[in-house]
Amino acid sequence: MTETTASPVFVPPTRFAVPGRIAVSNRTAAVWQTATLTEIRRETPHAATFRFAVPAWAGHLPGQHLMLRLTAGDGYTAQRHYSLASAPDDEGHVELTLDHVEGGEVSGWFHTRARPGDRVEVRGPLSGFFAWPGDRPALLIGAGSGVVPLMSMVRHRRARALDVPLRLLVSARGPEELIYAREYGAETTPVFTRRGPAGAPVGRLGAAHLRPVFEELPAGGWEAYVCGSNAFAEHASRLLVAAGQPVDRIRIERFG
Amino acid sequence: MNVTRGFTGRARVDNPGLPPGQYDAGDDWPVLSAEVTPDLSPADWTFRIDGLVREPRTWGWDEAHTLPESAYEGDIHCVTSWSKFGVRFGGVSLDAFLDAVGVHASATHAVAYAHTGYTTNLPLADLTGGRAWIAWEYDGKPLAAEHGGPARLLVPHLYFWKSAKWIAGLSLLDHDEPGFWEQNGYHERGNPWEEQRYSGD
Ligand SMILES: Cc1cc2nc3c(=O)[nH]c(=O)nc-3n(C[C@H](O)[C@H](O)[C@H](O)COP(=O)(O)OP(=O)(O)OC[C@H]3O[C@@H](n4cnc5c(N)ncnc54)[C@H](O)[C@@H]3O)c2cc1C
Repeated sequence: MTETTASPVFVPPTRFAVPGRIAVSNRTAAVWQTATLTEIRRETPHAATFRFAVPAWAGHLPGQHLMLRLTAGDGYTAQRHYSLASAPDDEGHVELTLDHVEGGEVSGWFHTRARPGDRVEVRGPLSGFFAWPGDRPALLIGAGSGVVPLMSMVRHRRARALDVPLRLLVSARGPEELIYAREYGAETTPVFTRRGPAGAPVGRLGAAHLRPVFEELPAGGWEAYVCGSNAFAEHASRLLVAAGQPVDRIRIERFG
Repeated sequence: MNVTRGFTGRARVDNPGLPPGQYDAGDDWPVLSAEVTPDLSPADWTFRIDGLVREPRTWGWDEAHTLPESAYEGDIHCVTSWSKFGVRFGGVSLDAFLDAVGVHASATHAVAYAHTGYTTNLPLADLTGGRAWIAWEYDGKPLAAEHGGPARLLVPHLYFWKSAKWIAGLSLLDHDEPGFWEQNGYHERGNPWEEQRYSGD
């Protein structure tokens, strides 16, 4: 006989990032459900929040996303991923926050045509690796609409009055482009890259923003969640590694 | 059919190369890896095949480059809905590596694993017969780190999460064993033409 089994014996030189956090129900992920738009709230000149009734929604964890599908009269469909912005609740509603992408097929429909009563289709929740059940101290870093799944975590922690440490560093071009600006509390540090409020520093997220967060390292360390464009994710994850964050405790959601 | 009021969508392109539910990303090449891009130089890169083989073996960068060159020119399809047409990858056909280790008749599946620890599972039949590569060049240049360089697995007829970046090895098995995304609800095979995105599709 030669070798029998066969589990990978390889030890990676960099320890593995992102072991899955939760098991995902394959059944709920496989089914398209109707989502009825109930409310639209403007967040910034380029982003708005869309609230949907999804009566049979199976529930989700902060950080998960769904797939959304629009169908034209001739059967043509367009589908995209969107992070869940709302904290889990039992009311059969979910909220998404969409940037208006120039020329975007799906975000363009939402920002120019959609109105309450419209119906779209969703499947999910999807992907367990970026989920935060509210157990470990969380260091959240997002830019632009990358703050969406992180906001679900902030809201969840508040709604459940969890006392687990949580910090949010959120990057935006200027104060008027900061999504959810009115909702942030002491857990959040906004970073303005182009224009700041009077007297506030302006510049890219840097080591100086991370230093205070690592000076107050909680017992067991941070679980880091990074979300945004690929360029931002690369930049922020490098800063985290340089600040001493273990690579296997950095979870990255890239919006592509 | 649940028609969305007021949605017409982009001009229809009659593109037989586009699998259902996909769109043409043009010149964009989105990056969607879930882990920190590793700092891996060609000198540190290794590729191993073990499990149900006659002779497990590990190749270094130079050794791997002594195998016959092979290129892929065609399309790639990501489960997040973008497809990219007319890409050119250079590397070595996986058949050349598999021939060198001698695959056991009982092997039916493989787990591909990356230098980051990322894993993905594939039927062996999807890795043989000139349909899979170890790729280190893109468009005639070294493959960029964020796209899996120094070398990635390339299985272009399946959704691209199967084409493990920073490929470190394959373990051949006599059964299917879900990898990273597959444990997170993604389909065990991932054929874009059957739209096998999530488990149960
Ligand atoms: C896991 C995940 C979570 C996400 N969460 C969010 C979120 O919470 N909020 C959010 O706003 N976004 C999110 N995104 C991004 C989202 O999925 C979409 O990519 C985004 O909304 C753009 O889609 P669109 O249809 O509006 O634009 P698209 O039509 O896809 O266009 C995107 C860009 O490509 C160009 N383009 C593409 N195809 C063509 C073509 N055929 N012809 C001409 N130009 C073209 C467009 O002009 C535009 O600049 C997420 C992505 C992922 C992967």
